[in-house]
Amino acid sequence: MRVTHWLTFIAFVALLVTGGEIVISHPRFYWGEVGNVNTKPLFVIPIPASRSTVPTGYKYEMPDENGWSRALHFEAAWVAVLTGLVYGIYGLWSGHFKNLIPARRDWTWRAYRDRIAKYLRRAPPDGAEERSYNVLQRTAYVVVVFVLFPLMIWTGLAMSPSFTAAFPATAELLGGRQSARTIHFFVTWLLLVFLFVHVAMVALSGFRKRMRAMITGYTRDREEAP
Amino acid sequence: MKSNMKPSMNPISRRRLIRGGVAAVAGVAGLAVADRLAKRYGLIPPDGSGIYGPGETFTYACQRLLTTRTPAREFSRSMISKNPFANAVAPPNDAFKRLAASGFRDWRLVVDGTVAHPMSLSLADLKALGLRSQITEVACEEGWSYIAEWIGTPLSGVLREAGVLPQTRYVVYTSNEEGEWESIDMQDASDPHTLLTMGMNDGDLPVPFGGPLRLRLPRQLGYKSVKYVNRITATDNIKKFGKGLGSVDPEYGYAWYAGI
Repeated sequence: MRVTHWLTFIAFVALLVTGGEIVISHPRFYWGEVGNVNTKPLFVIPIPASRSTVPTGYKYEMPDENGWSRALHFEAAWVAVLTGLVYGIYGLWSGHFKNLIPARRDWTWRAYRDRIAKYLRRAPPDGAEERSYNVLQRTAYVVVVFVLFPLMIWTGLAMSPSFTAAFPATAELLGGRQSARTIHFFVTWLLLVFLFVHVAMVALSGFRKRMRAMITGYTRDREEAP
Repeated sequence: MKSNMKPSMNPISRRRLIRGGVAAVAGVAGLAVADRLAKRYGLIPPDGSGIYGPGETFTYACQRLLTTRTPAREFSRSMISKNPFANAVAPPNDAFKRLAASGFRDWRLVVDGTVAHPMSLSLADLKALGLRSQITEVACEEGWSYIAEWIGTPLSGVLREAGVLPQTRYVVYTSNEEGEWESIDMQDASDPHTLLTMGMNDGDLPVPFGGPLRLRLPRQLGYKSVKYVNRITATDNIKKFGKGLGSVDPEYGYAWYAGI
């Protein structure tokens, strides 16, 4: 479980950096099946491009890093997918997911409101929360594990001309190849938001204690006590 | 507060060491078996080595297993892009300018390599082999795309005409553009959608889009659809070409297999 966490982290960083490099070659986004410099974009990222054919308003052209970026992007995607597979199988087998899905009685707005209020008061977690996850954490993890990561894989594959030849619905259900690319881009931002909040929470709850737990698997409650 | 730490549990116990060892041996054995199977069924791309080799090989092998005999996506006429983007090409050389001046009447496609009858075909010869039209998308690795109708003769027909020999594993295609060459495996070469394209949207294929002859490969990214094709070489040994990586693109870091 901890190994899959860190493998996913390494893969995510590689995917993020290389994905950014690939975007630089065409920092324009579209909706539908097709889009190019002769069609109206949905939005444009105001940065110089690594291709002279993309009008950006800048005189400067970025270096083309797409070769290794694409290769590393797909290799890291394989690491993420295979790790996700191991995580999924182990999660089902070990009952880890039971720890992630919010308890039935917490499926109310009230439970969420109460937990947010607790965060705002900066109240310490109670005994059960110390060892498991509260309703907000569970919801965040469920969304990342079961919605955002699968959506990333889906939208990624929907950009593959060979994969969509075999499974055209992967692109069509999203509105087309360019829609898939745009969703891929936005889900990256959602995952980044999660990463920032996740790291911030770890830092707030004692960075060294949590890191030790996530690397060695052991918690040492007594040492942290005053 | 009750401690969560179990002092009796040594992080590297004998049992864990044995279990880890067994898993590692099984992993290595599994990889060795996968490697042998991949080699036997031709699932390793010509550029499947180096640090990105495992990723390239996984992608190629999986897509080959998944997409065997699945045709390229075709679109309705109403989806044809009104303003397709031609992308940049190197300025034409003198030989190309001369051929263009005579309306490409003297353009020749040389077919050689592991074929029974090497040939040299004019555009009229190619058209006589039978034309087909398909509306497919050009998707560039940069991210942009457009849809057009492409009219041409399938590569598979030309290979049949030349009597391609059974040991052939790849088809190399070369451009009039200096240093531009690519190759595909036999699965892509025999796909009826792999088109030696001479027309686009009911007209002759314009030069900026690769006219007079472009090899359109709709199941892979745009850079595999080489413009100004003037030579096709069937081969049983792709390592003999260039640096042995299957095409010129891997020499610049781009994957030989561009199905993703």
